[in-house]
Formats: sequence, structure tokens, C-alpha cells
Amino acid sequence: MKRTTLLTAGIVMATLLSAHAAVADVKIGAVVSSTGPASFLGEPQRQALELYVKKINESGGVNGEKIQLIIYDDGSDANASRTFATRLIEEDKVDAVLGGSGTGNSLAMIPVFEDAQTPYVSFSGGVEIINPVRKWVFKPPHTDLMACEKIFTDMKRKNITKIALISGQGGFAKSMAKQCKEISSKYGITVAADESYGPRDSDVSPQLNRIKAIDGLQAVVNPDIGQGPAVVTRNFRQLGLSVPLYLSHAAATSGYLQAVGPSGEGILIPGPSLLIAHKLPDSDKQKPILMSFKTSFEAATGKQVDTFAGYAHDCFLLLVDAMKRAGGKNKAKVRDALEATKGFMGTVGEINMSPTDHLGIGLDSFRMLTVKNGNWELAE
Amino acid sequence: MTTFAQLLVSGITVGAIYALVAIGFTLVYRASDVFNLAQGEFFMLGGMIAGVMLVGNAGGPGLASISSIAVTVAAGIGLYIFCIRPAKTTNPVQLLIITIGASVLIRGLVSATLGKDFVRIPNFFSPEIVTVSGVVIQTQAMVVILGAAIIIGALWLFLSGTAVGKAIVAVASNDMASRLVGINPAVMICVCFGISALIGAIGGLIATPITMTSYDAGTMLAVKGFAAAMLGGMGTPAGPLFGGLMIGLLEAFGAGYLSSTYKDVFALVVMLLVFAFKPQGIFGGQNVQRV
Repeated sequence: MKRTTLLTAGIVMATLLSAHAAVADVKIGAVVSSTGPASFLGEPQRQALELYVKKINESGGVNGEKIQLIIYDDGSDANASRTFATRLIEEDKVDAVLGGSGTGNSLAMIPVFEDAQTPYVSFSGGVEIINPVRKWVFKPPHTDLMACEKIFTDMKRKNITKIALISGQGGFAKSMAKQCKEISSKYGITVAADESYGPRDSDVSPQLNRIKAIDGLQAVVNPDIGQGPAVVTRNFRQLGLSVPLYLSHAAATSGYLQAVGPSGEGILIPGPSLLIAHKLPDSDKQKPILMSFKTSFEAATGKQVDTFAGYAHDCFLLLVDAMKRAGGKNKAKVRDALEATKGFMGTVGEINMSPTDHLGIGLDSFRMLTVKNGNWELAE
Repeated sequence: MTTFAQLLVSGITVGAIYALVAIGFTLVYRASDVFNLAQGEFFMLGGMIAGVMLVGNAGGPGLASISSIAVTVAAGIGLYIFCIRPAKTTNPVQLLIITIGASVLIRGLVSATLGKDFVRIPNFFSPEIVTVSGVVIQTQAMVVILGAAIIIGALWLFLSGTAVGKAIVAVASNDMASRLVGINPAVMICVCFGISALIGAIGGLIATPITMTSYDAGTMLAVKGFAAAMLGGMGTPAGPLFGGLMIGLLEAFGAGYLSSTYKDVFALVVMLLVFAFKPQGIFGGQNVQRV
């Protein structure tokens, strides 16, 4: 008994010592949802982070200092995110933080990082994260509001004025549906129906049936992530609805393509360029970064690259870039460097931060995509 | 009229899936008094293993189905041998919590080995849909409904016509008396877990072309299946079928005619009413004999 205790104490001491030895490095904390309902977001993000930390360290780290990544899985629970955020600050004493796979997770962590005056780059979509602008918080991934704007711009071009919404009941879906309803009038668009369905519902034909009965309906928008859009797409085709179907950018996963099969043909999605990287002309200035991420991610994980992994890649490299420009890991200097980011090319598009804009990307970072022969294609 | 018929079809489709989950629940409950909350995970395993194999082109549909059924049945029997029996308790609350733990374990193992993406199994038959005077019916929905009916029929024949089946009924009726005539209750309950896993696996296989599945799909299915089992009553094989169809139809008509936001509420209200006036479930009877 005594011996085991001694042994345990020894191991604990050794661990503490080895942790101590690494203190000189740059410590980057990350909280992602690699398990739980949002794991389809968090798991690829974790993989992308670990892959790129290794890559940066192999190529010399940040100004010669190695990066030590401390990564926690919040299990898709915002309360857990907050606990881990506090642990990152108080115990791990990190120099900067990444992550927050879902908007709720990011929002739960923000007060901790604002109090601790630690630079934080979020992976999630909700526009509330950077609006109003918070001093220490940055968020380059696309917002739900931008997805609505992109969809409505496309509709306006096609003279579509009467649409129906069918959305899930998750946080992302609700938030995007709300944004779409709020700005629809600006584009002269009437939302004639606002249906919803539950998580894991396997059939939404009753809701689509109601939508089908609307007179003069010109398009349907389905703001949701995960499995919902696949169910909607399949039922939509089965019921023979012939108007255009728009999905959210976050629905664009390889799981979606596999699940919908031929019924996905012709749907419209405001998509990130990552999905059609290899189809872009060589003259496209975003192509090199897209291809490099796509090939390294796919080689390392054996999985098809997705948007969410791209967010992790962008946020991490953005932070590394800022640290390099700041000449070290001083929190205030890194924050200032993040805010001064200009012309940084990521998978989401060109990132230009300013004191009034911590999002950094514009509508042109989205491309309207469609599915042709089971693959993503440019629609415009 | 087309709307009504379309909602009816949609409700029956979803309801048959709930019924498939519910049947597995009632079998184990009647034989062992255990509410096996891992039943949804059996359903998920059935679809998930076959789905991942088909997506990865590892063997044809036959091999994929057999593997998923074999693994799921092994998981069911394993659940009894390694989790339920060693607990040496008959306290239903403790057993319930053990099955919750088992379901978390199964979810974890699946997410670690088969990944976290959702997968789908292709439809069994082409074309995917048939249209009857304006009403769209998924051919796979017919497979699900027929499958549910066959499973219920086969289960009834098994319980009433075979020696093992009769032994299960005996254990369910009176544990002590069945010991006295030489039946080993542990073996019979183990068989029940195996059969309920088998029902789950087959259910998962035939429903996944419609529902799709992912490592965490089991929880929601278990909730709906549990509701269906309670609503229909645990007493007769028809109970879960009736309960499942009723919840499916309530959801479909609620969403179609009233509001999709509150569709789950209608089913809940009806359940509350049933519990208030007929706590044994609609087909519950007097619950004298549990099988």
C-alpha cells in the first residue's frame, strides 16, 4: 500500500516536473466539442488543430519557440466549456485561446477571457460573438447572418420574393432562422411559412406538405446543421417540390452528400470555397491555401476535408501569424497584432481585421454552390 | 384529402419505427423487469455498423447485415452477462441505471471506432417512392411496416409455440416456480436480451434508410420507443405497435394541421391523459401475467 502511494507520488512529481519543463513554450489553449451532439464540428477541428500545431512546430514554431497545445473536450456542453476556459486561464496559464465549436460554447467562455485579458479566436458561427465588438475576441468563421445575406442576394438576382423557412430546433438553426426573418424585408422577400422539426426527426413531410400548399411559393430555405438538412432534402424531393431549396453553409458536409444521394442534385448552398478547392482556376488567389489544407488534412485523417476543420485551421494560423508579427506571446501585443491583421488568406476567405470589425471577412468569401453528380459545384 | 392521406402515410412510417424500438423494450421488461434503456443503442448499432461498412465498401449488403446483427446480438448478450447479472440485484432502479451506463459505453465505443458522422443505408428497393393518387409513399416505409408486423408475429409464435419461448413466459410469470420445474431464469433472461438486441438490429437495418443514423441516434429513439411502449401498454405484443403508430400519427397530424413547433407536445398530452386514466397503457390489461 505504502509502496503504491510512493510510486503514485513519484509519478505525479515527474509529471509536474515535465509540465514545468515546457513552461518556456508558447501555450495555446483550445476547447472543442469533440464528443456530444456537436462532435461533427469539434472532432475535425481537434484533428486539424493537432495536425497544424505539429506542422508549425516542425517548421520552427513561433519565432523559435515551440507551441504547446492544451486541448479540452467540452462534450458539446456550454457549462463544461466555461469550466475548461477557467482552467486554461488559472491552471494552465495559456497565452491565447482557440475554440468554442458551437456559438453557445463560445459565448459561455468569452467573459472568462475578457476578464483575464487573453486573446481568444472563436471557431463558431453566431454573429453575437463579435457584435458588439469585444476587445479580446476575434472570430473569422462565417456567420449565420452572412449566410442569410448571401442566400437573399442570390434570390434577389433571381427575382424570388416569396419563400418558406423550415428549420431545426438547435441553437444554430434557431439563430439563423431569426437572422433570416429579420433581414428578409430588406431584400423585398416575404417569409410565407416558418416550420420547424425536432432533433432526430426522421420524416418532415407533414411540414413540407404545408409549405407545398402555399400559393406562389418561389423558394424554401432550410437553416440547420447535421442530419436535419439531409432529411429535409430527401422529403423535399419525394414530395415533388420543384422550387429551389437553399441550405445553410454548415450543412455542407460529406455525410450530407452520402445521405441524400441523387436527391441532393440541384440544391443551393452558400458554401465556403474549401469544398470546391480543386475546381477553382489556378489564377484564384485563395486556391493554394485551400489545396494545401485539403491535401494535408485528408492525408493525415483519411477523411474528406470539411468547413469546420477549415475554421480551426484558419483561427490557429491567424493566431500564429499574429504572434509572429507581435514578436512573441505577450497577450496585449498579440491582441493588437490580431486586430491589425490585413490580407491574411484563410480557407474562409481573405481576413482583414480592424478595431471595429473582429470578423474580418466579407460576403464575397461565400460562393453559391450546388450539387452536381454527387459533388459540390459552383452554382454561379 | 391528399393532405390527410399524406399525413397518414407519414405518421404510419414514423410510428412503425417507434414501434420497432418499443417491441424490444417490452420483451426484456416482461421477462426480467428491467427497463433496458440501451435498446435504442441496439437499434443504432444495427444501422450504424451496416451503414459504415456499406459506405466504406467493406463487403456487400449481405455481409454488412449479418455483421451488424451478429455484433448487436453479442452486445445484447454481453450486456446481460457482464453488466446485469454480476450486479446481483433485482432493484429496478439500479438495473435501469446499469443500462444507462451501458448505453453511454456503447455510444462511446461506436463514436471512437466508427466515427461521428451520420450515415445512411441505401433503400432496399428501387424506386425510392411510389405515388398513389397524389400521395407519396416511401417504398422503404412499407418494408418497415411489414418488418414490424413480421417481427411481432414471429415473437408471438416463438413465445407461444417453442419450448424456450414457453420457458421465458414461465420465468416472466413466476421466477421461483419456473426454477422448481427446472428452468434456469438467468439463461432465459439472457436469451431475452439476445432477442431484444436481435429485434433492435433488424429494426435498425430496415429503418436506417429512412431515419439515417449516427453514434448518438439511440437516445432519441429510446425516448420515443419508451413512450410508445408505455402508451400501448407492456401487456400484449400489439401494445407497442399500437403505441408507436399512435405517437407517429399524433406527431404527423399535429405538425401538418396545427403547428410543427409544438408537435411533440400533442403526443405528450395524449400520453399524460393515458397515464391519468389508464396507467397500464391502452392494451395494458390487468397485468396479471407479464408476457
